[in-house]
Amino acid sequence: MRISRLNQKKTEIIADDTDLRLIEPLIEKNKAKKGNLIPLLQGAQDLYGYIPKVVFEKISAECGIPLSDMFGVATFYSQFRLHPVGKHIIKVCHGTACHVQNAKEISEALEESLRIKDGETTEDRFYTLESVACLGCCSLAPVMMVADQTYGKLTGNEAVKIIKNIKLADNN
Amino acid sequence: MMTTVTVGLGSCGIAAGANKTYEKIKALKEQENLPFELQKTSCIGMCYREPLVEITDDTGTYIYGDVTADRAVEVIEKHINQHDPIRDYIVYTDLFEAAENDFIQAQVKIVLRNCGYMDPESIADYEERNGYTAMKTIVMNKLSREEVIKTILDSGLRGRGGGGFPTGMKWKFANTNKSEQKYVICNADEGDPGAFMDRSVLEGDPHSILEGMIIAAYAIEATGGVIYCRAEYPLAIKRLNIALRQAHEKGYLGKDIFGIKGWDFDIYIKEGAGAFVCGEETALIASIEGERGMPRKRPPFPAASGLWKKPTNINNVETYANVPWIILNGAAAYAKYGTEKSKGTKVFALAGKIKRSGLVEVPMGMTIKDVIFKLGGGIKNNKRFKAVQLGGPSGGCIPEYLSDTIVDYDSVNATGAIMGSGGMVVMDETTCMVDVAKFFLDFTRKESCGKCTFCRMGTMRMLEILERITNGKGREGDIEKLEELAYQIKDNSLCGLGQTAPNPVLTTIRYFRDEYEAHIGHKKCPAKVCRPLLTYTVDEEKCTGCMVCLKNCPAKAITGERKKPHLINQDLCTKCGVCFTKCKFDSIILT
Repeated sequence: MRISRLNQKKTEIIADDTDLRLIEPLIEKNKAKKGNLIPLLQGAQDLYGYIPKVVFEKISAECGIPLSDMFGVATFYSQFRLHPVGKHIIKVCHGTACHVQNAKEISEALEESLRIKDGETTEDRFYTLESVACLGCCSLAPVMMVADQTYGKLTGNEAVKIIKNIKLADNN
Repeated sequence: MMTTVTVGLGSCGIAAGANKTYEKIKALKEQENLPFELQKTSCIGMCYREPLVEITDDTGTYIYGDVTADRAVEVIEKHINQHDPIRDYIVYTDLFEAAENDFIQAQVKIVLRNCGYMDPESIADYEERNGYTAMKTIVMNKLSREEVIKTILDSGLRGRGGGGFPTGMKWKFANTNKSEQKYVICNADEGDPGAFMDRSVLEGDPHSILEGMIIAAYAIEATGGVIYCRAEYPLAIKRLNIALRQAHEKGYLGKDIFGIKGWDFDIYIKEGAGAFVCGEETALIASIEGERGMPRKRPPFPAASGLWKKPTNINNVETYANVPWIILNGAAAYAKYGTEKSKGTKVFALAGKIKRSGLVEVPMGMTIKDVIFKLGGGIKNNKRFKAVQLGGPSGGCIPEYLSDTIVDYDSVNATGAIMGSGGMVVMDETTCMVDVAKFFLDFTRKESCGKCTFCRMGTMRMLEILERITNGKGREGDIEKLEELAYQIKDNSLCGLGQTAPNPVLTTIRYFRDEYEAHIGHKKCPAKVCRPLLTYTVDEEKCTGCMVCLKNCPAKAITGERKKPHLINQDLCTKCGVCFTKCKFDSIILT
């Protein structure tokens, strides 16, 4: 998020009470090692889906890393999320190959179907829609990734069908 | 011999449905107790025909393309049960002229020597294909570190990440600087959008990277190794972890490795966190150290003071993958390929409007035209070839009339582009070059770390000008302003990101100035991409009067009755393009 414009509306979600016990083993393992801030933040995000403010504070207190340093690192890298996200994140690739193969159409179709904008989460907290720089599947452009599964050669309609099916399967 | 059926399970194979294909074949084999061994492999580079299934039996080897789960049933039934290969579905074989034979045969696979030919999760497969023999040869023949470095120097290998710096020289510098601790780092960040060469090697042949790093570590006397791999490659990280565990088990990593008493060397993986700038070596080092990935001043170079201020050698994935082959086959064998100053082969990721998109490895020195038309099969839908983007966001667009340019470091640099890591995105007449320049600048502006004023502010100002131009608000003097800003940013940035970010804009102005002038002077987009510059009208002859566009128009600019041609009111039209997307009868004309 280095110098991008901060004008994306984040959906207001009241965060649940965060269970801080979950992060304790990770802190134990990492606190003595130098340079382990990023793996620590990545581990925290794997546990909670994002990095809650209270987790920042706990890590800072126990590892002796100033909160400002932590915040500086967390906001530098686009992987880190400081707000809760949906159950599944839809990553639409906007790399060069996908861009020339009309990735815009995929994002627009998904925005219309889910009724949210890029970067936002649906009201039922099921999906978060994101644009990413490149997933490395350029021959199958345009591409999107949902829950570690990659889908290629998409049209807007196909992308919408895929996410609808995932939701249906999840409800069953 | 036992018939083998191998399914390609690289990331693009999986994205094309290869997991389903694999599961289907597995189920069939178990249900009917079929007599073949089912195996997995990775990407062979023929991504445009995925999912791929290879069948090897007594008669030979056949690669089937586009094998969806349904087609797999057909293939197994006919080829395995009836011993009747389906010629129409076969894309590659030695036994007759198959559709994609020339795609494979024109390549020289050094880096990709194992990808698609072995199970990437099997160290036994790797060793069967001469894996770890290079390092064992070094130990057996008691080759000195200097001899190893000389071999790499003589081969002419240059950094494949894009810098093109002679690898042997880098190793020599790191070797000369004495220290108790030294590091080798593999740059597996592959941030260029449109590039996936490194991903293929990491997923398909992870041990080749480990072996390359171990040889480098030997050459410079390193004590620790790090692979910095982007988090967007989860399969690559999984395969690397498996390879690391296997290497430990065999004593290739850990204590007294390869029987060399007193030499402890280990490698760990550091996952990237989504920052393009961390592909720059000093930013990468900062990231491993747990900081914001902001580049540092050089000198001192990493070879003198790198990770934790110790001498460090950083090379790209593709560079390391070449190393075991060069040690085994000799510097002369490598230098026999390529041009005078660019030796060896290069892997290119062909993508965009090209018929055969995938990975190809060819000797340096082919022309762009031959790569795109001979290997790549030409332009999709037989449209007109317009330009090729080389080198990602740091590179430039080379126009069609320069397609006789040879692909090597110096010839490409002379056009204003750079070879970069090998991403080649092909563009046709439907691509707007001003939009492409805007796309790249948007990317580099977002990824700028913010340290240098000219990069931080300059890219933003350039982007604002490009946004105005593509929105129909271009002004006289914009092109000159863009050029002025571009050169200032190039001259006043600390790292490669800032120094090369203006390249796409400069090359598109140089070769496609007429498109900029059309956008600015005539408020027209010749490629019909920039929506605010298009006029949408209804083709009265094709329109069936279905009213779909009318109902969907957010500006209520379309009028008409059922079964009568509709009309778009140009005063109300916001040029959003919804009518064009929704029309099923191709009746909306763009001018």
